[in-house]
Amino acid sequence: MTEKHEDVVLEMLGITKEFPGVKALQDVNLRVRRGEIHAICGENGAGKSTLMKVLSGVYPHGSYDGDIVFDGEPMAFRGIRDSEDRGIVIIHQELALIPQVSIAENIFLGNEHSGGGVVDWNRTHRAAADLLARVGLDENPETTPAEIGVGKQQLVEIAKALSKRVDVLILDEPTAALNDDDSEHLLRLLREFREQGMTCIIISHKLGEITAVADRVTVIRDGRTIETLDLHGDEPVTEDRIIRGMVGRSLESRFPRRDATIGDEVLRIEDWTVHHPSDTERVVVDHASLNVRSGEVVGLAGLMGAGRTELAMSLFGRSWGTGISGRVYKDGREIKIPSVPDAIRHGLAYTTEDRKSLGLNLIQTIRENISSSALGKLMDWMGVISGEREASVAERYRRDFGIKAPSVESTVGQLSGGNQQKVVLSKWVFSDPDVLILDEPTRGIDVGAKYEIYALVNELAEAGKAVIVISSELPELIGVCDRVYAMSQGRITGEVPRERATQEELMRYMTMEKTR
Amino acid sequence: MNEITEYLGRNARQYGIVIALLAIVALFQALTGGRLLDPSNVVSLIQQNAYVMILAIGMVMVIVAGHIDLSVGSLVAFIGGAAAIMMSDWGWSWPLAVALALVLGLLVGCWQGFWVAYVGIPAFIVTLAGMLIFRGLAIVLVSETRASLPDAFNAIAGGELPSWLGFVGRLDGVTLLIGAIGMAGFVLSQLRARRGLIKHELAVEPMGIFLVKNLVVVALIGVVSYWLALRATPIVLLIVGGLIMIFTFVLSRTVFGRHIYAVGGNRHAAQLSGVRTRVTDFMIFVNMGLLAAVAAIVTTSRAGAGVASAGQLYELDAIAACFIGGCAVRGGVGKISGAMIGALIMGVLNMGLSILAVDSAWQQTIKGLVLLLAVALDVVSKRRRAYA
Repeated sequence: MTEKHEDVVLEMLGITKEFPGVKALQDVNLRVRRGEIHAICGENGAGKSTLMKVLSGVYPHGSYDGDIVFDGEPMAFRGIRDSEDRGIVIIHQELALIPQVSIAENIFLGNEHSGGGVVDWNRTHRAAADLLARVGLDENPETTPAEIGVGKQQLVEIAKALSKRVDVLILDEPTAALNDDDSEHLLRLLREFREQGMTCIIISHKLGEITAVADRVTVIRDGRTIETLDLHGDEPVTEDRIIRGMVGRSLESRFPRRDATIGDEVLRIEDWTVHHPSDTERVVVDHASLNVRSGEVVGLAGLMGAGRTELAMSLFGRSWGTGISGRVYKDGREIKIPSVPDAIRHGLAYTTEDRKSLGLNLIQTIRENISSSALGKLMDWMGVISGEREASVAERYRRDFGIKAPSVESTVGQLSGGNQQKVVLSKWVFSDPDVLILDEPTRGIDVGAKYEIYALVNELAEAGKAVIVISSELPELIGVCDRVYAMSQGRITGEVPRERATQEELMRYMTMEKTR
Repeated sequence: MNEITEYLGRNARQYGIVIALLAIVALFQALTGGRLLDPSNVVSLIQQNAYVMILAIGMVMVIVAGHIDLSVGSLVAFIGGAAAIMMSDWGWSWPLAVALALVLGLLVGCWQGFWVAYVGIPAFIVTLAGMLIFRGLAIVLVSETRASLPDAFNAIAGGELPSWLGFVGRLDGVTLLIGAIGMAGFVLSQLRARRGLIKHELAVEPMGIFLVKNLVVVALIGVVSYWLALRATPIVLLIVGGLIMIFTFVLSRTVFGRHIYAVGGNRHAAQLSGVRTRVTDFMIFVNMGLLAAVAAIVTTSRAGAGVASAGQLYELDAIAACFIGGCAVRGGVGKISGAMIGALIMGVLNMGLSILAVDSAWQQTIKGLVLLLAVALDVVSKRRRAYA
């Protein structure tokens, strides 16, 4: 690199960011050239988004170690405003538009065209129309985001970014929620921006897109920079080459052993198809079929947006999605599961990936949370709940599952992530299911607690339960599962038995794109 | 001792409100030169505030589930008016009128529950509409006041239990018996619960606290029974007491009650745990309708007439009692015992200020400030605990 003159616009040097108990980033280096499209790749949780939050000032200067050099000057951003003033603009994965307010107002929110506090609507609309033309969006500036699809909303976000002075545009998973045409359009737009001299940083899981549009790729794994690859270099950079960088780590003995005694098939799903609840044309789960047997732990691998959670939640009493079709067989007989109580009755349990907002009642006690999905089991013949039985059940799980809390009367909101997860597991094990679907059971939990959760999963399987584990951590899936399904863009793209399961193999299926 | 302070710290809100009530009672007892706790004042304290307590029982459930009900005052006028017309215009017997009033309350509850639970309109809007609708219907229905109701009906709110057991000295035997049953019942149920916990090797409150709690409650029941026994037990006290016991049980020991807390604490998590949240919402409003009917009967009986303007601002009294009594504004938290103490605080304030002949405009101002202060204390103490 030294012989070529390098025009570096942005450099992040030795960035280290710690959260309580976790080192999210460790000595990360990133060097972005002026006018290039620079991709950042890595598994979920590798630290990509954290890095971009450091760059854009969401995590203010002082809350991390290391330096940010922009245009040759060291930067100390205290907030998003600071970074935007310097022309670094980030578009987050979750769109931040206000659905009921016109596109024009959204674009200029916080940055209004006004005189003395009075909005100049003519100027606002004219400026909005210009920006919309620049991003190739043919919509009236007075329509609201609620009336247009996700793809167009993404373009509005970009228009909003362009309304400010942009030197470096950061896009976090911009195409994750888009269909193929919209993705194509967006990538075309990025190329145009490059020709106009803008620098783009794009975080994406879609390796096909990256190899198509990016100039260079920086790979991050476990909070460290692994390598930066030049896509125009002498050596061709293939998707496989990137994958090798993303997963190349060895499996340590982080997983308890289990001798599987696998029995008969308990649950089978055929042709399961689910549409997005608001964008009803979009297929989120596409003719998925899978099965799980008693005593078996089956993994579901996939990158963000692959449709794993959506598959699980739509199955669990149609808790997500519309236009759901397909067949479910339990113990060989077809069943219908129109509601959550039906799912529980048929012996299904689902622990959500978002335990704080969907899994637990944080203001109630451990006891009340554990009993909440199966209060019926604590009733006497008159329908009265036995407080003693309830407390002793909760106490039993507290001991067996090693929930660290002074007593079962402790409020769940005060527990650590790992202990909260154990409460969620207790709650569903208490409902005595035949099939447990565990969605990201170890997300945000420290290593020790992870081991305990794996041990619990093994115990459940040994007790004859069928377990489905959804996880973004491939070593975890390979470590605990007997079989792993890989999903990509709503389809099940591969089924890999434990013996053949390697991270490279899974990642290949997980990034397999739809053939048209 | 450390154990005891820690326990008190964790349950500060619960004890704080009791202490606040006792402090207010003591303050007015001093300011009025002992007239506040005159036996006849204690009886009328209960009779005057029965409606708030009855409504607050239902309102706790509504608020815990994350809703609100603004219509209960209008419901009191509407249902009470209907009952009065049945008795005075149509000459129906009072038990029949009472029964039909309760049925009417259930129907109105179904109406409001339908819009909240199944159509998905926020309860604030549904019950704001209900407030207008049922006030309007009450005025249409009771164009002129219906007085001359049966004496037996009027005794529901104003009457006292007859002295079947004669007197012990100057004290009414029936009242003393009820007081004794109350004391024994409380202590026995506490002992039973504690034994159960110990049997299952579960944590129990420290023995010291347990003894003090029991002593205080027994003493309170004793003192109140003594004052009442100087007169006799108001019938309405039995109604309110019965309702408190029933609904405390419903909230803590039945699936329906537990689902209310689950829905209020985290609606999505409740749904994913198999709680039929719509059914729960619907039942909460049906129940509120029923309790509004009970309050309507008591109010009409106390006035001795069906009046179109009855029950004005009752909804706000009930809501205030709940919030003073520790219900969380966002739902998920709240107890009937707390709301009852909240109602008593408001009642004692009312009575004390009236005895002191404070202008009613000032009374209202003071009550408003107390409400604000109670919730502010709650919010601030929670914030401090979150940072600690």
